Amino acid sequence: MSAEAIIEAKAVSKWYGQFHALKDINLTVHKGERIVICGPSGSGKSTLIRCFNRLEAHQEGDIVVNGVALHGKMENVAAVRSNVGMVFQHFNLFPHMTVLMNCMAGPMWVKGVSAAEARKTALQFLERVRIPEQANKFPVQLSGGQQQRVAIARSLCMKPDVMLFDEPTSALDPEMVSEVLETMTGLARDGMTMVCVTHEMGFARAVADRVIFMDAGQIVEEATPDEFFSRPRHDRTKLFLSQILKH
Amino acid sequence: MLYPDTVEAEILVHKPWFVATMFAIVLLIFMALNMSGTSFAELMRPVIGEPSTSGLYGRFAIGFAIAVIFTLNVVLIGFAPLRLQIGIVWLELLLLFIAFFETFHLSLPFIREKLPFLISQGVVTTLYVSAISIVIASVIAVAGAVAKLSSNGFAYAIASFYTSFFRGLPLLMQVYLIYLGLPQLGFVINAVPAGILALSLCYGAYMTEIFRSGIQSIDRGQWEASRSMGFGFALTMRRIILPQALPVIIPPTGNQFISMLKDSSLVSVIGVWELMFLARTLGQKTFQHMEMLISAAMIYWMLSICLELIQSRIERHYARSKVR
Ligand SMILES: Nc1ncnc2c1ncn2[C@@H]1O[C@H](COP(=O)(O)OP(=O)(O)OP(=O)(O)O)[C@@H](O)[C@H]1O
Ligand SMILES: [Mg+2]
Repeated sequence: MSAEAIIEAKAVSKWYGQFHALKDINLTVHKGERIVICGPSGSGKSTLIRCFNRLEAHQEGDIVVNGVALHGKMENVAAVRSNVGMVFQHFNLFPHMTVLMNCMAGPMWVKGVSAAEARKTALQFLERVRIPEQANKFPVQLSGGQQQRVAIARSLCMKPDVMLFDEPTSALDPEMVSEVLETMTGLARDGMTMVCVTHEMGFARAVADRVIFMDAGQIVEEATPDEFFSRPRHDRTKLFLSQILKH
Repeated sequence: MLYPDTVEAEILVHKPWFVATMFAIVLLIFMALNMSGTSFAELMRPVIGEPSTSGLYGRFAIGFAIAVIFTLNVVLIGFAPLRLQIGIVWLELLLLFIAFFETFHLSLPFIREKLPFLISQGVVTTLYVSAISIVIASVIAVAGAVAKLSSNGFAYAIASFYTSFFRGLPLLMQVYLIYLGLPQLGFVINAVPAGILALSLCYGAYMTEIFRSGIQSIDRGQWEASRSMGFGFALTMRRIILPQALPVIIPPTGNQFISMLKDSSLVSVIGVWELMFLARTLGQKTFQHMEMLISAAMIYWMLSICLELIQSRIERHYARSKVR
């Protein structure tokens, strides 16, 4: 794939105090590419994608998103962040606003879009995640799966260039996982650039262009889903896959 | 109310042991009190004869009668539905209260004569002073809370010094310090602004802590979601964090408002003609202190009740997004 790079991480290192959480990460995400990151708990997956919109700060190396280098003195943080959507494990919807308002808030407050237009966009994306009828409810009135789909719609309303997912289905009951995965698959089909931290290997196999395996703060293996699942090169990957595919 | 269980609880006031214990306690208390000089004893004259000479038997009979009335009352109220129960108990306590004031033999004409002035001057000043102070204190509280949570050393130091100082001194002393101290520095200040300043600063300090803890009670995920969408600090605070912190902040803040309303009486010491000042001075000439004090007390109470009602309305409003 030779399309332009949306996220470029070069020799990135991050510490939490003394703890070396990310070690020399090199990763390029191209436009339209779908990347799945997996790895054992504590391997630094969340930390890595949270560096991509600078919810976390890295200490060494460079991260360039959409041509803007992320660093502490960056002035256009808001501009960068509003072009990078993020979906969280625990949804993090705004509980004091209706579903519709959750989706309208970003475009109105950050991009200065008019209320009428924000409303139109919001309804359009709620339609896309197939819950337009819930628009006037509050988040607590929805099931987990519905809440996560609202969260996806909320991010989409900002018309981001890339979407980051941090274990979007791991807080959901099994029967709700598929509705969220379907939404994500639909997004992928429409050509959205995506970086997903997930343990849903079926999703990875079906959707990902590349699977990245992390362990102990490092990228251990990087391969197409086919290679990754049928011919993993590293022992740690094999161990991880055997554990995760056991059940 | 707490979240009630679905299993019907037994009614406490209908349990035999409770009724018996209550009866015994009331009986003993009123025997010990020796009610033989009261008008209730007069009512009992047909049973016990001359109250003052009725001795132990008289005391027992009076105590017994009161205990019967009391216990019967409680048991009967126990049958009523919840709302009625609450209403009846309120009413009875109120009647007892009025009966208590009745014993002062207050002069109603005197109260009627002074009441208009007590309200037009005293209540208006009290409300004026506390309302302005509440607004200023709330503004200070938001700023103070943000400062105490910031990573700016100056802001944190100033805010924590401020809250420590103004929570650490008695309000009365702050009133004096501001009224008498500021002129020493060359700022001559009138009594009313001095009072407002003292109240605002003192309550601003308490409310800073309330706001700070309210803001901190909001999940970090809300900050992360806001940031991930490009919201800046001020926007996140104003639109996301504060609206969610409000339901947490409102109950203790309502408390502060009520307590501020009454603490505004402290500015009477510097000669502000508010409710407390007038209550103390209006009755002085004719030695009718009790009349004015009790009237003022009732007015304070009614104002507090208004605040309580407002508070519960607001709480109900914010409960909306919480229910499923
Ligand atoms: N705020 C923090 N302070 C200190 N250490 C942290 C902090 N956040 C994460 N860590 C550590 O960094 C490491 C990587 O954490 P991270 O959350 O990125 O893991 P993860 O791969 O997302 O794991 P999981 O699958 O459990 O979500 C962990 O060992 C964790 O303990
Ligand atoms: Mg994680």
